[in-house]
Amino acid sequence: MKKVTTLVCSLIVAAAGLARAQEAKVVIPGTVRGELAIPISLSGFTGEVDSVLRFDLFVQGFAITSDGAAYQVSGSNNGQVQGRLSDAVTKQQIFGKAYSGASLRTQAHALADDIVEAVTRRKGIGRTKIAFKSDKGSSSEVYIADFDGHNAVATTADGSIVAAPTWVPGRRTLYYTSYKLNNPDIFVHHLDSVERAVVARYSGLNTSAAVSPDGRRVAMILSKSGSPNVWVADADGSNLKQLTTTREGDSSPCWSPDGQTICFSSRASGRSALHLVPAGGGAMRRLSVVGTPNATEPDWSPDGKTIVFTAQMGSFQICTVPASGGEATVVAAGEDPSWAPNSRTVVFALRSGGKRILSMLDVPTKRVKQLPAISGSCSQPSWSK
Amino acid sequence: MKRASVLSLFTLAAFLAAGITGCKKPEKGITPISGRAAKPPTNPDAGKPLGTGADPGVTSVPTTDLGDFEGMAMDRSVFANDTVYFDYDRSTVKSSERGKVENVAGHLKGNRANKLLIEGHCDERGTEEYNRALGERRALSLREYLVRLGVDADRVRTISYGEDKSASPGHDEAAWSKNRRGEFILLKPKN
Repeated sequence: MKKVTTLVCSLIVAAAGLARAQEAKVVIPGTVRGELAIPISLSGFTGEVDSVLRFDLFVQGFAITSDGAAYQVSGSNNGQVQGRLSDAVTKQQIFGKAYSGASLRTQAHALADDIVEAVTRRKGIGRTKIAFKSDKGSSSEVYIADFDGHNAVATTADGSIVAAPTWVPGRRTLYYTSYKLNNPDIFVHHLDSVERAVVARYSGLNTSAAVSPDGRRVAMILSKSGSPNVWVADADGSNLKQLTTTREGDSSPCWSPDGQTICFSSRASGRSALHLVPAGGGAMRRLSVVGTPNATEPDWSPDGKTIVFTAQMGSFQICTVPASGGEATVVAAGEDPSWAPNSRTVVFALRSGGKRILSMLDVPTKRVKQLPAISGSCSQPSWSK
Repeated sequence: MKRASVLSLFTLAAFLAAGITGCKKPEKGITPISGRAAKPPTNPDAGKPLGTGADPGVTSVPTTDLGDFEGMAMDRSVFANDTVYFDYDRSTVKSSERGKVENVAGHLKGNRANKLLIEGHCDERGTEEYNRALGERRALSLREYLVRLGVDADRVRTISYGEDKSASPGHDEAAWSKNRRGEFILLKPKN
């Protein structure tokens, strides 16, 4: 009977089509909370290629299983990665591909991306990057790595303190805060030309830069008017405009994908809560978030639907709320979340033993995977989009 | 009967799946794809060094009022005993701490050439950027108190380190209470 149910469910997966397979309710043993993962089997891969495929698929909503899989991936990695994706029930091949060039690791990410796209119709994230802050004793530097934490490279070598790195959408350019000039100032840093310039260096705090989706504007926290507030400027820091005037302090602005609204955390109404303000100026209003106190560090999903944030409820918890407001969902323990371009996976920092470790979260299934150790304490990750 | 319906559903599913994937034209067997497979290597990110770790020069620094404080000598010892401590998640100067601020104000009023840097710090029990704003609010409320005591606002600048520079490394209230602080650093003209 159980077999029949599983079979029927698998068939429903196939019948529902590949388009919306992530909505299929397939029973997988071991799935505890959240939406159910898509069961998929892997065979023929070894070593690094096998672990890249497992990691990439896991953080994008798949469960690797040999039992009751809806999809099968078979292939090899002798010199080059080859892979074939099939429907596990019909045995119908969906694609067969071989990859060449770059490293086996990159080829494995490419295969994972093709699998994700074929099954979910969403672009894979296997070849995206993250930027983050890494502490080394009393100083910290900005690092960049593959999204899975591999190939980490320092971008700064100032021996100072850095904070809040963030990507310019679609560009190899970062904004971040650095204390290099003995003040927390905002810099723009072009990775290819290795040039940087000061964007904001006013008396007091200059931090938490967030670049608009079109790359033309930057939202920031400045305290030049006497309290940490939200300001916007052109990408180079000119045409500065103050958006909020609370006395209690605002933090962590982020943009709606249409570039019209800025979401940030403010204590304007007592405890920290998410607020919205028109990017062009206007009245700020509180976003209704039910069920989670002390909301900070919002990040707006690229599809516009969901805001992920940190709630302080004894410990730090990553939570989501619809962008229009409503009931919040506690997803996992951790802080400072940043959405992947797929609006599904989130990178965040988890405190453990006095340091912070970067971790991945597949939001719909609520499953977490820690990134391999990168030197020092790593925090404030930002996902390239 | 059940078997039969399952079977027909199976056929239907296979048909649908084939129909849907039809536009993608599944290839038979492994096809080395020179064009498509070149996707990873032609990715602009592949093979290129990311950050260089080199120290890029700062190409432009806008002029701000920070310039008034540059080139002054920092003396951390003068007000070493006047570090002000704050309650958890608060930036108000407690009455028990006011004497320290008054001491600092007295010095500044008697030494007109000197200026002041106030560092705002936090314990680790807040998110990082929230703490950076909280540290700034602490420094600013000390500045405000000095101004009320008659110190010219232009002589005082603030810097927040959030939770980045703890005074005590522990993870308990004993450490946290030492980390929620505002430190006064005297700035003296160099000549």
